[in-house]
Amino acid sequence: MADMINVYLYGKKYEVPSNLTIMEAFEYAGYQLVRGCGCRNGFCGACATIYRIKGKNELTGCLACSTKVENDMCVATLPFFPLEKKIYDITEIKPTQQVMMQLYPEIYACVGCNACTKACSQDLNVMQYIAHAQRGEFEKCAELSFDCVMCGICSSRCPAGISHPQVALLARRLTGKYIKPEAKHLTARVDEIERGDCKAMMEAIMQKPLEELKELYNNREIEK
Amino acid sequence: MSLPYTAEMMESIKKVEAGRAARIGFEPRRMTADEKTALLEAFHPDYNLDSFDEIKVGPNAGQKAPKELVEILQGESRIKGMDIDLTNPDYDVDVLVIGGGGAGSSAAIEANEAGANVMIVTKLRIGDANTMMAEGGIQAADKENDSPAQHYLDVMGGGHFANVPELVEKLVCDGPIAINWLDKLGVLFDKDENGNMITTHGGGTSRKRMHAAADYSGAEIMRTLRDEVFNRGIPVVDFTAAIEIIKDTDGKAAGAVLMNMETNEILVARAKTVIIATGGAGRMHYQGFPTSNHYGATADGLVLAYRAGAPLLYQDTLQYHPTGVAFPSQIYGALVTEKVRSMGAMFVNVDGEVFMHPLETRDVAASGIIRECKERGKGVPTPVADGIWLDTPMIDMIHGEGTLEKRLPGMLRMYLRCGIDMRKVPIVIYPTLHYQNGGIKVGVNGMSEVENLYVAGEAIGGIHGRNRLMGNSLLDIIVFGRNAGQQAGAKCKEVELKELTLSHVDDFSKMLSDAGIEPKVVSPKLLPDYRPEGVTRLN
Repeated sequence: MADMINVYLYGKKYEVPSNLTIMEAFEYAGYQLVRGCGCRNGFCGACATIYRIKGKNELTGCLACSTKVENDMCVATLPFFPLEKKIYDITEIKPTQQVMMQLYPEIYACVGCNACTKACSQDLNVMQYIAHAQRGEFEKCAELSFDCVMCGICSSRCPAGISHPQVALLARRLTGKYIKPEAKHLTARVDEIERGDCKAMMEAIMQKPLEELKELYNNREIEK
Repeated sequence: MSLPYTAEMMESIKKVEAGRAARIGFEPRRMTADEKTALLEAFHPDYNLDSFDEIKVGPNAGQKAPKELVEILQGESRIKGMDIDLTNPDYDVDVLVIGGGGAGSSAAIEANEAGANVMIVTKLRIGDANTMMAEGGIQAADKENDSPAQHYLDVMGGGHFANVPELVEKLVCDGPIAINWLDKLGVLFDKDENGNMITTHGGGTSRKRMHAAADYSGAEIMRTLRDEVFNRGIPVVDFTAAIEIIKDTDGKAAGAVLMNMETNEILVARAKTVIIATGGAGRMHYQGFPTSNHYGATADGLVLAYRAGAPLLYQDTLQYHPTGVAFPSQIYGALVTEKVRSMGAMFVNVDGEVFMHPLETRDVAASGIIRECKERGKGVPTPVADGIWLDTPMIDMIHGEGTLEKRLPGMLRMYLRCGIDMRKVPIVIYPTLHYQNGGIKVGVNGMSEVENLYVAGEAIGGIHGRNRLMGNSLLDIIVFGRNAGQQAGAKCKEVELKELTLSHVDDFSKMLSDAGIEPKVVSPKLLPDYRPEGVTRLN
């Protein structure tokens, strides 16, 4: 049995086992979660949380599902944050610096405080990826932001009102669609399928009696 | 943070380390077909007959299903005894998509593309879905040495030839088209400098056709699809669950009764076609297993469809992913992507021995691990649950330092948060409830046996037979999600709705009482309850 520690959920004191995550501490305390709980595994960003250890100045951003409780942790969840998402047609826009200027001009008002980076639940260099976005360096922005779960904690701390996760998502989509080279083998296979070139092989294999199909499967060559 | 392993575990690690160099370049023998069959029958949870019950009423009466599923299929409707006005719907659309994961989003995009007025309802947020958590990758036969026919053979063999052939045909032939669609939407696949997709093996694949976006493959796909849904202005009604299908007096699907998850308000959506894209069932915790699934994976769609009269297929087969986290407690049951094994990590027992090939199909691998722990007593004891070592330091030894960090950043982060550096020490894994192989029976057009009720994604049964291969689920949500959206988007143009009715809900209730069944729970379940038992509270 783990030791019991004190946590303050929305300021109210509860005693919980020290081996729980913040999310489990809420449930241990009796909360039936609806908001602020998604994949429970650090991928969806539903459980953005901010905490401070009582008596300390530092505020820490984290995901409630993947952060262990600590004694005297004072917790507020951020189950929703009003990020600003701009509407665009991915087939119309182009990967130029102007696109950021048009859609997310507030990134140029970044004051360089680095609060976004300090708050990131994924330890990403948020301010740096915004700097890349400002310069139209979408591939670099995409790379640095790739592990973003769009929890929005960065934006909650931003004095310039930037919606960092949306900026990064735009940069990634531009990179994926326009900057990364085309997969020629993919284009070729899609053409073959659409021309009907794969049909004969498919028909042949689908017509095989079960025993023959099993034989084929059990003896198939496996690429090294 | 200090390494949280016990002294006993550290002793065992010494044995794992001693054999590591000899394992590089060594390929363990694969099992024969007969060996696999014997192993599955003895150790796979699907063969644990005590954990199944017979379904007593409805289209699948007489067949078996996990006890917990039987309980909700034969549960009480949430609207029992309520008088719901169906004549003044709160929403009136062409296509209603229930579920906001990868399948629902793909369906909505295609229905929108077809010119239909489409709406998504989802009980959590759009993107709170198993899609978001799919780490390893997505299969498609787009390399020169590969073909849809070769992919077909792998899918059928992996599924023990129980798959519906026409659904598999659709899956593999539309595979490259699905990848291309995602690529054009801007999904950042791992590519080399010439644009070639970087592809690897998954368990049971005969060609390297696993495409990935690091180990955020599903997350990258999901956030892109979600962005596209928003760009197209498709309405997303979130925190709103569908709790019954509505039909018209011709017996065709015609909408759904909805419930606001926060205010409990009941709402009515009328629709010409309905798509169930509600995902899986991991949070039902069948047989007490932990799960890798998201919070809302409670088989809701199966309950809705079954009450509306749609048969299920293979509802008795579940996938237990071989590599769930066995230790530490805060990530117990979480997924360790199969890509870890695709990249060379092997299973090693407490004595440092490799006991099976790392890339057998998931059902075989899971059964092999269960046997190693339960029968052979060679599991690694941990304070949480016994498991098997997955020797992750092999990855950088094989591919060079820095590879694990670059190709498996999500896994590395998950373990580092617990004080475990998986580049340096192995991790302990045990099977976790991962995927609902079975589901609602559909035709190639995605329609269930209830007219105008379509299904997409994990809620479908039959594509994967009795066992799904890695990377075929992300593929199926895109292929069958898009397909359902296209079909429902076209079909709605010729639908003329009659008067709406919920009489089938009453009829089902009557069938239960006629069969002498007293419902034990209300269903659909919607969310699991993890609050401690033994506490007195008003609900």
